[in-house]
Amino acid sequence: MMAYILRRILYAIPILIGVNVLTFVLFFVVNSPDDMARMQLGQKRVTEEAIQNWKAERGYDKPLLWNAEAEGLDKVTDTIFFKKSIRLFLFDFGRSDSGRDISSDIQQRMWPSLAIAIPGLIVGLLVNISFALLIAFFRGTYLDISGVVLCVILMSISSLFYIIAGQYLVGKLMNLVPISGYDTGFEAIKFLILPVLVGLVSGIGSGTRWYRTIFLEEIGKDYVRTARSKGLSERLIMFRHVLKNAMIPILTGVVVILPLLFMGSLITESFFGIPGLGSYTLDAINSQDFAIVRSMVFLGSVLYIIGLLLTDISYTLVDPRVRLS
Amino acid sequence: MLGRLSLLFLFLFAGGCAEPPWNNPYPAEQDTASIIYDHFAERPKHLDPVRSYSSNEYLFIGQIYEPPLQYHFLKRPYELIPLTAAEMPTVTFLDAAGNVLPEDTSAEKVAWSIYRITLQPGIKFQPHPAFARNEQGDFLYHNLTEEDLEDIRTLDDFEQTGTRELVADDYVYQIKRMAHPTTHSPIASLMAEYIVGMRELSAELRKQSTPADKHYIDLRNFSMQGVRVIDRYTYEIKLRGKYPQFIYWLSMSFFAPMPWEADRFYSQPGMEEKNITLDWYPVGTGPFMLTENNPNLRMVLERNPNFHGERYPSEGEPEDEEKGFLVDAGKSLPFVEKAIYSLEKESIPAWNKFLQGYYDTSGITSDSFDQAVQLGAQGDVQLTEEMQRKGMKLLTAVTTSTYYMGFNMLDDVIGGYSDRAKYLRQAISIAVDYEEYISIFANGRGLPAQGPIPPGIFGSKEGKAGINPVVYEWDEARNKPRRKSIEVARELMIKAGYPGGRDEKTGKQLILYFDTTGGGPGSKALLDWLSKQFRKLGIQLVIRSTDYNRFQEKMLKGTAQIFQWGWNADYPDPENFLFLLYGPNGKVEHKGENAANYNNPEFNALFEKMKNMDNGLQRQAVIDKMIAIAREDAPWLWGWHPVAFSLHHKWYSNAKPNLMANNTLKYKRVDPVMRSAKRKAWNQPVLWPLKWVVLLFLLFMIPAVLIWWRKERATAL
Repeated sequence: MMAYILRRILYAIPILIGVNVLTFVLFFVVNSPDDMARMQLGQKRVTEEAIQNWKAERGYDKPLLWNAEAEGLDKVTDTIFFKKSIRLFLFDFGRSDSGRDISSDIQQRMWPSLAIAIPGLIVGLLVNISFALLIAFFRGTYLDISGVVLCVILMSISSLFYIIAGQYLVGKLMNLVPISGYDTGFEAIKFLILPVLVGLVSGIGSGTRWYRTIFLEEIGKDYVRTARSKGLSERLIMFRHVLKNAMIPILTGVVVILPLLFMGSLITESFFGIPGLGSYTLDAINSQDFAIVRSMVFLGSVLYIIGLLLTDISYTLVDPRVRLS
Repeated sequence: MLGRLSLLFLFLFAGGCAEPPWNNPYPAEQDTASIIYDHFAERPKHLDPVRSYSSNEYLFIGQIYEPPLQYHFLKRPYELIPLTAAEMPTVTFLDAAGNVLPEDTSAEKVAWSIYRITLQPGIKFQPHPAFARNEQGDFLYHNLTEEDLEDIRTLDDFEQTGTRELVADDYVYQIKRMAHPTTHSPIASLMAEYIVGMRELSAELRKQSTPADKHYIDLRNFSMQGVRVIDRYTYEIKLRGKYPQFIYWLSMSFFAPMPWEADRFYSQPGMEEKNITLDWYPVGTGPFMLTENNPNLRMVLERNPNFHGERYPSEGEPEDEEKGFLVDAGKSLPFVEKAIYSLEKESIPAWNKFLQGYYDTSGITSDSFDQAVQLGAQGDVQLTEEMQRKGMKLLTAVTTSTYYMGFNMLDDVIGGYSDRAKYLRQAISIAVDYEEYISIFANGRGLPAQGPIPPGIFGSKEGKAGINPVVYEWDEARNKPRRKSIEVARELMIKAGYPGGRDEKTGKQLILYFDTTGGGPGSKALLDWLSKQFRKLGIQLVIRSTDYNRFQEKMLKGTAQIFQWGWNADYPDPENFLFLLYGPNGKVEHKGENAANYNNPEFNALFEKMKNMDNGLQRQAVIDKMIAIAREDAPWLWGWHPVAFSLHHKWYSNAKPNLMANNTLKYKRVDPVMRSAKRKAWNQPVLWPLKWVVLLFLLFMIPAVLIWWRKERATAL
């Protein structure tokens, strides 16, 4: 298995280089270093000299990908792309274009993101699996049909609607929790209830349908028929056998998203005023802070690759038939 | 059963909150504290006073840093008064030989102006580790090693703080910082034109510190010819020529004091890596100090224990007494202990929290306008019943801003100074109905502009004398300006050679291009409306939407044709608006703020004369001429001046809008007991919907149990 993991890590290197090139090209197609300087220096009374100074200070005065004036290897290395990218592979994110240390900001801002993401994931899993199990239990009845219809309706509504409606109903009309905001320590709990609840409701349609499909697939398998023929009750079959076996795809589906929980949610964090990594990325895009955008995309890619690797490993752990080679 | 389930839900929802209101976003111990609660939408980029140049930054640093002058809180027109200065600066004019000239000497004879500023003694800086000393008198934190910084995360991790008296050197130090190329002061190049020796110091500092290597430079070791310390509390600034607007700059944070100790402290190796910088942790003498800087969550200002003290003004406008703005006359400032600003990126949650009493003030967005404000039978603006019931107050003020539509004067079709182009622009000026625009897109919150200068600023005229005769005529019956009819515009189109919007030579329809950054669904109504205005003249308006960067590029290259732009006043002087039309300030050629690239020699000559004149009849006469020329040339559709609407709760007082001052927090007062009572009354938990949720769940469970019961008893065949 170690050889497999090592091979996957080596595969990751060209993928990360590719992601980095793509991010770089896409960013600089839309923004030039001059645009970035103007954005950072403000809109009023910005002189050409100030723009050139800003670029020189941050290394944006070099060619983007190819330095025709340089000699030898410097043609490649003395460019914005190389200077800004190479340190990423050592997880040295450097400083943002506004001058702040990115690693320090990430360390600070991942906790609020996790504070929403972890309870959201756990509660979401419990509720979605419970609903899916119930609907699968009542398969073929009008409860199943109405449950699926309800799920489709819930899936069809924009997550923005759930946020605004949640804030209006729970925060404003019922006065149960703060509409938005965040705090540290135990004070954070009251701010997390609504975003977690909104995340739960907005994800219940797709989650329940997905798990229902998994359960129905399991229900059609031979071992269930055997259990039924042995006279086991439907309740015992569902909760003891189907649920246990269906946990394999559920678990692997969860493992893949675990590392990405760090990255936060763009819209939820913005609407609820939660200072996580989602809003960090969004702010960076809006302020054309390439250093942060590049770092967050790189980090997201690394975490995704780790997620996929963990998924493969988790397969071997929960299903002895699977071997990595 | 139902009650128990409801209680379970309540526990989950309340999340540890004991006493209602449960939706209170603040800790219970702040309930009756003297705190102002407000919000901000955009995080400040810079808190370094030499660099900061936007209103969302001034919101904070305006309360911390103290330049020598400030605007009187209540008086209008805006008036400068001393802040840390003992009195208003004395200005001495000199000729080229260094002889003192009389005060009323004309600008062309003045070779140098010397501003002498004397400070009040006894003013102290806020407590800060940069000033901390040990028993031997050595600075505790000026030679920090890597080990010393190991456990330091924020400024609060430094155990000791100190202070010292504000002296003239601190102001001089800041002016030298402005000259430092790595501080990126936005007004450095402007000031270098006037302050003697600034350009030279800048060049010298550039040699000392390359852009990539920003090591600490003790600016006390460098001299600037035009800035000198006279004594402990007095300093002088020498300017080239006469620059009357300079006095306004002395009320801005660019000219706030900076202790060298702070610069030295923050410049130590390892501090920047920990994000402990001057741009993040300000050091001032003002009434408040920044005790929490988390712009992604909240900013907290707390009373500076070393504040030198100030009194609430005793004079204002005639109606100020009646409006209650003089109730606190003569009382000691500031009134509140703390101000908490929370980040609210979205307007809907911010508005709802204001209605719940969790913010003391709020602006009114288009989303909430109808809920907050209604128009009376006479067209007057009043609060809705709901707002009146809550005891809210509405304040309005015409902003010192202008939003205009510009014509690129370098463009072959719409630009230039020929009669053809002039008539075309004038016709469009009449056709685009800004009264309608304000009514539809700004909920009536604006005044159609008659020229570049907003009302309330010297040079702007009200009533019949102030109308733009190219676009308006005076309606004697209604005693207000009336836009000229579209027929007048059509006649101008004929004179321009475009009868019915068609080129009289080719017969082709005139096509014009509007360059904008807003092309999404949100802008569609506005762009459709704009196209309709041009269609009145038979002109086809093509919308060229692009992103902001490309738009900026077009403006810099002069390839845009018609565009929208705006300007907020730096200071209440007509020069700050008329310079937007000054030729040598053109965007394409000089990278200046004259986005229309308007360049009329007569206007330019008058501008050069006007900018150095003192306010008075002579200056007004020159401004009148300039505005008449610009109206005739019509490089802008003069657009509109927004009217700011702001709401505040009953417990919040001294809320008079002051659009020039950035340091008004010290005047604000709250009644926290009233606020607490209102919050409790407005935010009682509403629990009955939860009971319905539980009931619905149980109803859903009945058929489920029945089916389950049937299934459990069903046979296989």
